[in-house]
Amino acid sequence: MSANALATHGLNKNFGSLVVASDIELVLPQGVRYALIGPNGAGKTTLINMMTGMLQPDNGRIVLGDDDITALAPEQRVRLGLVRTFQINQLFPHLTALESVTLAVCERRKVARTWWRQLTAYRDEIDEAYDILSTLTLAPVCHRLTRELAYGQQRLVEIALALATKPKVLLLDEPAAGVPREESRELLAAIAGLSRDITVLFIEHDMDLVFRFASRVIVMVGGRVLVEGTPQEIAADPRVRAVYLGKVRHEAAS
Amino acid sequence: MTSATIAGQANPVQYLQAQNRWHWSEIAFWLATLLPFVLAPSYLVLASQIAITALFVLSLDLILGFSGIVSLGHAAYFGIGAYTAGLISKYGWGEPLTGLVAAAIAAGLFGYVTSFIVARFRHLALIMITLGIGLVLQEAANSAGWLTGGFDGLQGIHTWPLFGRIRFDLYGYTAYSYALAVLFLIFLIARRLIHSPFGLALRGIRENGLRMPAIGASVHAHIQTIYTIAAIIAGIAGALLAQTTETVSLEALGFQRSADVLVMLILGGTGRLYGGLIGAAVYMVARDQFSGINPQYWYFWIGLLLIAVVMLLPNGILGGLTLLARRMKVVS
Repeated sequence: MSANALATHGLNKNFGSLVVASDIELVLPQGVRYALIGPNGAGKTTLINMMTGMLQPDNGRIVLGDDDITALAPEQRVRLGLVRTFQINQLFPHLTALESVTLAVCERRKVARTWWRQLTAYRDEIDEAYDILSTLTLAPVCHRLTRELAYGQQRLVEIALALATKPKVLLLDEPAAGVPREESRELLAAIAGLSRDITVLFIEHDMDLVFRFASRVIVMVGGRVLVEGTPQEIAADPRVRAVYLGKVRHEAAS
Repeated sequence: MTSATIAGQANPVQYLQAQNRWHWSEIAFWLATLLPFVLAPSYLVLASQIAITALFVLSLDLILGFSGIVSLGHAAYFGIGAYTAGLISKYGWGEPLTGLVAAAIAAGLFGYVTSFIVARFRHLALIMITLGIGLVLQEAANSAGWLTGGFDGLQGIHTWPLFGRIRFDLYGYTAYSYALAVLFLIFLIARRLIHSPFGLALRGIRENGLRMPAIGASVHAHIQTIYTIAAIIAGIAGALLAQTTETVSLEALGFQRSADVLVMLILGGTGRLYGGLIGAAVYMVARDQFSGINPQYWYFWIGLLLIAVVMLLPNGILGGLTLLARRMKVVS
């Protein structure tokens, strides 16, 4: 077993003449917390889309553990342990929180194709889903439809769905985006409480969160990895300050 | 025990079990299906056609209502079932139950083959694809007149007595009993399917097909399975019609039938199992009554009914009834 959880080798992607990924080389060791930062349009979500198979790179390779997964479909990558959440909620509005997470557990345990047995016969699956929701403080609302939950709770369901697939590598695309301060406590606790067996890469704009949760930081600009290092190194790096602080003001204006 | 009671909340498994349990209104519904034998014995032929159509609508509900797969060509599978049952009867084997099985196999095979195309598309593209499948099959049946009887329909079908002893009578007594029994059995299977892990996965596809791969689900495989199952059920419905009417016309797999079944499902309420059954009954009775009043313009009234229901009851008749029941509960 390789000590690296996830690696990319020479990833390139162009949309016409627009370069969204240019020669991206990344190696994520097991168990590390990575923050992926950069101004809007830097290619952060594009990188996650390529890693998870929702977008095919023009060339380059993606390796999960010891497996080259470049050619695999998104669901095959999930089954191997590479899982993501979405910046904009991608949930099941008319399923309850418990049904949603139970579905993810059933898919992982390969019983989701069974149509001749009642779902309620799968007690272990339902209990496991309930446990995940409990640890994320969602047990009291687990029978409510997802669309009726508060936004912060919906962000937690995003994470619950990901955890139900038992990820080895978890890619969180702006997990706290749009969550009001008063609702964010459970969410941040959930991210902080993720098992150390899981390698985490998260996109985040809030620098407080980045410095709180990340042990390493990757800075992307214009489809390239500008620099990678510890939060302290990144904070002190003059290139990062030049590119990033300049853009932050620009972003705030837009 | 992590699923212990928290602040009066039921254990999650028990909570889900309670939701799947038979409701008294369901039992009342099935008892009511026996009423035509007593109250309207002269309408048993119509009742048998309603039961057959209800089965057909149920098959569409499995793909449209529960999985979000829109189809404008679902009559193709109904027609294949009808012609299969009709042809084996015409060429010397009129035993009804084996006829159903043969029709199920034929429709299921065609459903499985076409599911490879269907699973790749969604929304408008899917409407065009399914419409195309329906039209292709209708024209193929039309041009293969030596086999299907073409425009004149398939003649010479003779259905043997059920279990070798119960004859099909002119009044539709046997026909309705037979169609209702098959409808009920398949309904039980469909109900089980909806409450299974697979049923949950289908609802997941309907709710957010893009999210499904991100939890490790193979959407194509799920859609292919349910599409094939729906084709089998549609084929059985078609076979029932061929056996009870002892004729098959091109209309069995025509566009009009595909459109009608869609209308009935929306009228009754999609994604609710009973919606299709109620929609079929309301539509067929309305058509019977309206065509009695005015044989030429009855589609006018059907159109008016459709507009009224969709405007006033966006979730169909059953959706409206559910809402009403909930309000009455709150009041009382």
